[in-house]
Amino acid sequence: MSVPETKELHVDTDAGAVVEIRGLRKSFGAREVLKGIDLDVAAGEVVCVIGPSGSGKSTLLRCVNQLEVATAGTVTVLGTETTDPDVDIDAVRQKVGMVFQQFNLFTHQSVLENCTIAQRRVLKRSRADAEKIAQANLAHVGLEDRASAMPAQLSGGQQQRVAIARALSMDPELMLFDEPTSALDPELVGDVLSVMRALAEKGMTMLVVTHEMAFAREVADRVVFMDDGMIVEQGPPEQVIGAPTHERTRSFLERVLDPTHQHPGDL
Amino acid sequence: MTSPAPAVARPAPHRARMSPRRRARIFRGVQYAILVAAVVTLFLLIDWERISQSVFNIEAAKDLLPRVPLAFKNTLVYTAASFAIGLSLGTVLALMKLSSVAPYRWIATAYIEFFRGIPALLVVFSFGYAVPIALGVRIDSLTLKAALALGLVSAAYIAETLRAGIQAVPKGQVEAARSLGMSSGRTLATVVIPQAFRIVLPPMTNEIILLTKDTSLIFVLGLAASQFDLTKIGRDALVSASGGGTTGLFVAGFGYLCITIPLGLLARWLENRTGKGSRR
Repeated sequence: MSVPETKELHVDTDAGAVVEIRGLRKSFGAREVLKGIDLDVAAGEVVCVIGPSGSGKSTLLRCVNQLEVATAGTVTVLGTETTDPDVDIDAVRQKVGMVFQQFNLFTHQSVLENCTIAQRRVLKRSRADAEKIAQANLAHVGLEDRASAMPAQLSGGQQQRVAIARALSMDPELMLFDEPTSALDPELVGDVLSVMRALAEKGMTMLVVTHEMAFAREVADRVVFMDDGMIVEQGPPEQVIGAPTHERTRSFLERVLDPTHQHPGDL
Repeated sequence: MTSPAPAVARPAPHRARMSPRRRARIFRGVQYAILVAAVVTLFLLIDWERISQSVFNIEAAKDLLPRVPLAFKNTLVYTAASFAIGLSLGTVLALMKLSSVAPYRWIATAYIEFFRGIPALLVVFSFGYAVPIALGVRIDSLTLKAALALGLVSAAYIAETLRAGIQAVPKGQVEAARSLGMSSGRTLATVVIPQAFRIVLPPMTNEIILLTKDTSLIFVLGLAASQFDLTKIGRDALVSASGGGTTGLFVAGFGYLCITIPLGLLARWLENRTGKGSRR
């Protein structure tokens, strides 16, 4: 499934922004979690959002497909302003795949049903078509032989790959990943990341909230560092992760890349 | 990382006169002995002659038997009709309780508190006498009258059960469905309700069993012979000329068990089937 020549899609930023976020603010009660975010994601671009927990990364991602309703500002996805209350959000969500930290597979349905239910009910595909597409996507994530299994019979890594196949079965134009490997045992992380890498190589537009610095460095076109509800710095991975300019980015990366590291002042 | 505990040979603890295990064995033996003694005493004290005459009289039970099938069928019909009304109304009430429109929630809460708090017998009475007069309607069908009365009561319980079941479905399931482009109604139908069904199955079984037994209350509506339920034939046998004393009550009770026990087994079977490997 590796198609190297589609890599050029990454450079093709003329296609316009898939996601345009302007002045996005989000408060939960009195606590402001997003304090004015501006961010664009171009077609075919892979953007990784990193930052300490509680920095608002997940909320930012959830505002893109309106799982969280923005307090102020606008979010435009594939040309539709999703923050407009009158917009048909279901129509936008059909084209935006989302992968959750906790997988969220439908626990009462088999793997195949998980991957076909939305195709049939939302896209009105026939059962035969939906199953063919689902099987193809399950094959992409290496689980074609588990189609009849129930989610509880799978490992966390397998469940997350099914979740990716489920999202891909809707033929999305944008994929959102909300810490997709954070709930996995360390030895299962690799399988999920390689599925995501293959997806990026095929030219999928991806917005990924992650703590996997190696993945961000290797796959991302751009890395965004967030702290305290704001974007502190962004740029190519070699710059943000390799040579961060801000003190907050540096201290975060030091903590993440070397968890046992202590500042002399901490002792 | 904890290092394995050093294998130091501890000195053997001081032995009590009797080891705990031996003491437990003796204690268990004593319990069996008490049980056997109690059963034997009861067996000797009971006047079997009198029991077979006026408590459970085989002959009287045989006399009653021809009337049982109809009464059994009637009880089933009353239960099913009541449950149909209870489930329909209960579903509406549960959705009202989860509504974002506050007055709907208030109405549902008031309804539930009211019907959960008053005895079912009062409701049956009022459907027999007060309600038709108050509303100026005639309810001719006894089954409908009984089903309305018992359905209104059980709707209150069913509504609470359904609401709890719907709320017990994890939020992530709903978010996953919505993120795939399903509308909220579609999400409810394809994800929330099927999962809530499995959660509410055990309490719903309880509700049907309670309802089965509550159909015994409809005797206050005045029953024609063709409308007798199990309780009614059991109660009639109590004063029948053929004697047999309380035999009828035992027959009626056995009739209820023939409904409730299979119901429990069916629920367990459904639970196993729908629950197959689905909890995370």
